[in-house]
Amino acid sequence: MSTLTAPTVPVETQEHYLNSNYGIRSWLLTVDHKRIALLYLASITLFFFLGGFFAVLIRLELLTPQGDMVQSETYNKLFTMHGIIMIIFFLIPAIPAVLGNFLVPMMVGAKDLAFPRINLLSWYIYILGGLISLGSIVVGGVDTGWTFYTPYSSTYSNSYVIAAGLGIFVAGFSSILTGLNFIVTIHKMRAPGLTWFRLPLFIWAHYATALIQILATPVLAITIVLLALERGFHIGIFDPNLGGDPVLFQHLFWFYSHPAVYIMILPGMGIISELISCFSRKYVFGYHFIAFSSLGIAVLGFLVWGHHLFVSGQSAYAGLIFSVLSFLVAIPSAIKVFNWTATLYKGSISYQAPMLYAFGFIGLFAIGGLTGLFLAALGLDVHLHDTYFVVAHFHYIMVGGTVMAYLGGMHFWWPKMTGRMYPEGWARFSALVVFIGFNLTFLPQFILGYLGMPRRYHAYPPEFQVLNVMSTAGASILGVGYLLPMIYFLWSLKYGPLAGPNPWGATGLEWRTASPPPTANFKEVPIVTEEPYEYSIREIKVV
Amino acid sequence: MSDMHSAAQPSHLTHHFDTVEQQRDSASLGMWVFLAQEVMFFGGMFLAYLIYRSSYPSAFAEGSHHLDVVLGGINTAILIGSSLTMALAVYGAQTGRRGMLVLCLLATMALGLAFLGIKAVEYHHKYVDKLIPGMAFSYPGPNGNHVQLFFGLYFAMTGMHALHMVIGIALLVWLINDARKGRFTPEYHSHIEIFGLYWHFVDIVWIFLFPLLYLIGRHAGTGGAH
Repeated sequence: MSTLTAPTVPVETQEHYLNSNYGIRSWLLTVDHKRIALLYLASITLFFFLGGFFAVLIRLELLTPQGDMVQSETYNKLFTMHGIIMIIFFLIPAIPAVLGNFLVPMMVGAKDLAFPRINLLSWYIYILGGLISLGSIVVGGVDTGWTFYTPYSSTYSNSYVIAAGLGIFVAGFSSILTGLNFIVTIHKMRAPGLTWFRLPLFIWAHYATALIQILATPVLAITIVLLALERGFHIGIFDPNLGGDPVLFQHLFWFYSHPAVYIMILPGMGIISELISCFSRKYVFGYHFIAFSSLGIAVLGFLVWGHHLFVSGQSAYAGLIFSVLSFLVAIPSAIKVFNWTATLYKGSISYQAPMLYAFGFIGLFAIGGLTGLFLAALGLDVHLHDTYFVVAHFHYIMVGGTVMAYLGGMHFWWPKMTGRMYPEGWARFSALVVFIGFNLTFLPQFILGYLGMPRRYHAYPPEFQVLNVMSTAGASILGVGYLLPMIYFLWSLKYGPLAGPNPWGATGLEWRTASPPPTANFKEVPIVTEEPYEYSIREIKVV
Repeated sequence: MSDMHSAAQPSHLTHHFDTVEQQRDSASLGMWVFLAQEVMFFGGMFLAYLIYRSSYPSAFAEGSHHLDVVLGGINTAILIGSSLTMALAVYGAQTGRRGMLVLCLLATMALGLAFLGIKAVEYHHKYVDKLIPGMAFSYPGPNGNHVQLFFGLYFAMTGMHALHMVIGIALLVWLINDARKGRFTPEYHSHIEIFGLYWHFVDIVWIFLFPLLYLIGRHAGTGGAH
């Protein structure tokens, strides 16, 4: 067997981006997008487990109704740090900065991103922002919630608001620079023959993401600056005593932070398009619709921030318009889901681990998206606002959606990144564990929220305990589901079978080169002569 | 242009680009994207300004009377002048006139420093008059609170603009050094060109700041003029 496969599988001695040089300097000063992707991978994984640690403490506290494990101030800090770390330092960079960084240049047939040194700079900026935020935790933490609402954050909180804000401000620029690099790369670095409508949908999704990163992130940056000035110098902009308006902060904050949700989910949708097509061996149904729905989500995403302010004293007319606009976002989202489903139709589907994650994504994203419509409805939102229903809704999008897609993508491209296959059986098992654990954690929270349990309290009436115990039990299962891939991915680095250039028989330029790819990605500049996702033609050719 | 095509691999072509044109276009597009980001960054403050200006027009007019329109006007002229020298610097780079390039960059830097110097004088006056929020701000009269809001925005906006000037001047030091060494040629001067875009952008921000902060409402005659 080994003699048969030996000629087709690239031998280890070949030079690639991992073994082209060694030593800590060759990593910390690298300008290779693939190595920078791995630097990001290591750092966001670290932050993921740190954010997860805070989640563990939150779930432990909520195991009992009394609020007896930590004090309420400490609990405030726990959910704040959980939110900041998971959103700013994990979810936002997760897919773009790791998989996007690795794959965008390869998928467009380029040797690197347009600005390799800016790419490295973005990682250092991310690390600096992370260290500042970690520093703010070590000295005492911040208790405002990740939303930093004024006037609590500007006037009353006695925690380290400015330090935590500075960390987010700095990290924002790493996101901006990543987006800038993607936009220029996708415009200017495409291989000969790679027209816009031959691009993988992963690229379209990242292009839409990059637009949001460029246009929304700076608004958060200036909002944090104004918050710091308000806190430090009392300029009055958010202070009603001086004629300022605390609600203006909410407007500015959500002008970034709602589009930021799409920074988190759009790249995940890009991954799902690749996975669904590859594992049903079919051209993506409605390619153009999926491509433009990414841009549609990006554009509409900028117009819906006011649905966070239905109960903040916003005018009823503004609420009405924001409600309608929020409903509209469901259209491009549904276009994607329906087209993925149509792609599956009569496909020859195989159930490898990445595909299991893709199935998980579609189901959980549908639940998360539909409950988003509940919250976009003016009347219902008054009942559900600031309850666990909201918490469950956005976890279905961010964890059920983004993290599932991220894990699916990691499994799919792991052989490309490392040259090794992960253990398929374990991967399928852990995909199942993640799915079960996730639903057990967050499905009860919909009910809790509907019954009226508010978010951000460490004690609750005893009748809510059963559902909370279910949620905590689910979180433990989910934790195991996240630890398993960590272990077998590391195991596969040494013991995984060699993958070869294209273990999935997938289309896309990244599969036309060795795994791991050489430093310049391709031996010679690839020339594209066919449409994307030509699985049917490929099968015929093979036969 | 013919030189560019005849040279197979110019030394300034970095490894990941196929042609010099591709490299130059990418740099230019990159700067435009960055400036789009800057527009949104300043946009947050302009939004806040517009909201509060329309909420408290008389207090904002009163506040603007305490700004020195002469110094502000001189500074506007200085910045427009620096945009001219910057444009000439790009022209010098395009036509390969090293002396002109270096001279114009130096002039741009000198004008930028003059702007910051005058701004510092203005800030000092505000300090003396106790018009800096957070530093013993005091303003008599019924509009005192709203005037404080005006000055909060004034310092946030002009301060952020000045920070961009400082960054620009720091970049100029580096560009002038490279220009003196003759690093830029008619075929290769993207750094000069895209820095020019940045500098013009910072100027344009001021072109909006000056009328918004210094001029609008001055004719309203609130009586507090000096």
